[in-house]
Amino acid sequence: MNAPLVCVLALAAGTYVFRLAGPLLQGRVELPARTQELLAVGATVILVALLATGAFTEGHDFAGWSRPAGVLVGAALAWRRAPFVLVVLGAAGATALLRLAGLP
Amino acid sequence: MRSTQRTGGPIERTPGLVRFSDLPPDVLRDIALVLLADLVVGVSFGAIAVAGGLPVWLPVTMSLLVYAGSAQFSAVAVLTSGGGAAAAAATGLLLNTRTAAFSLAVADSLGRSWAARLVGAHLVTDETAAFVLAQPDPRRRKAAFWISGIGLFVAWNVSVLAGALAGSALGDTARFGLDAAFPAVLVALVLPVLRDADGGARRAAAVGAVLAVAAAPVLPAGLPVLLALLGLLATGRRPAGGAA
Repeated sequence: MNAPLVCVLALAAGTYVFRLAGPLLQGRVELPARTQELLAVGATVILVALLATGAFTEGHDFAGWSRPAGVLVGAALAWRRAPFVLVVLGAAGATALLRLAGLP
Repeated sequence: MRSTQRTGGPIERTPGLVRFSDLPPDVLRDIALVLLADLVVGVSFGAIAVAGGLPVWLPVTMSLLVYAGSAQFSAVAVLTSGGGAAAAAATGLLLNTRTAAFSLAVADSLGRSWAARLVGAHLVTDETAAFVLAQPDPRRRKAAFWISGIGLFVAWNVSVLAGALAGSALGDTARFGLDAAFPAVLVALVLPVLRDADGGARRAAAVGAVLAVAAAPVLPAGLPVLLALLGLLATGRRPAGGAA
């Protein structure tokens, strides 16, 4: 067993436990409507935070301007209700072009 | 593994098999488009992992067993930047704590049998949760869960394998802007939700994002995203506790 494999197995096992939370607790725990609403909003908050950190940061450092600019292009496409594929390819393409132009 | 979509609840006498016809065409089209987008992200992930010096089997095995894009990206980032296996696993686990919240949110859409729940649990992702939460009634929620869940699982693993095999040929993935693909997918997923959300939820998301980005340089990976939940305090409603 090498270290990366241990990492994969630990991450897989832990993640599956998290995923079982719903099926295991469902029916046993009656969540009030407000809590359910808060869970839904909480999930949205985490997704937005994830995309913000993913767009602006690389580890503990600033990711450079090309990536957030590309993600912004993707956001504009998404706002215009463009298909998902176009959003992703637009973001990647814009980032690639900006880097080609010398922006970090 | 693919035939666990039976529920046959006591209320409805119809067998609970999910059919494509349970969902309107525009939802099916949305799912297909997310599949395509995830293909791009999956190829990105496989390529980035292998370009970073990891063996091909690692991103492939990770995708099958962990099956969580953002956690996989962050764990691989830790591994390729010389961090230890423990740090990489901890980072991924921290990110995946939110999966428990998603799992609770979609639990009633998996089906009634334990087989459906155990298999379905593995398919809970940001994307499936987003699709389920966008559906108006239980039948459509269940159909959205299984159709998007199985489709995404297959698409993700096939594309990661392709990306890992192509990775060594691609060279520098940053040149292709592939690192922008994952945040862009999240934008595409979350914009429709924010569009329909009330002002409180939007405020919470905005405050949370600012908190997370500000904390990223100082906190260990994974924590800033959880810190964002403090944004819930900005909804103007009293948190009812246990929102993580």
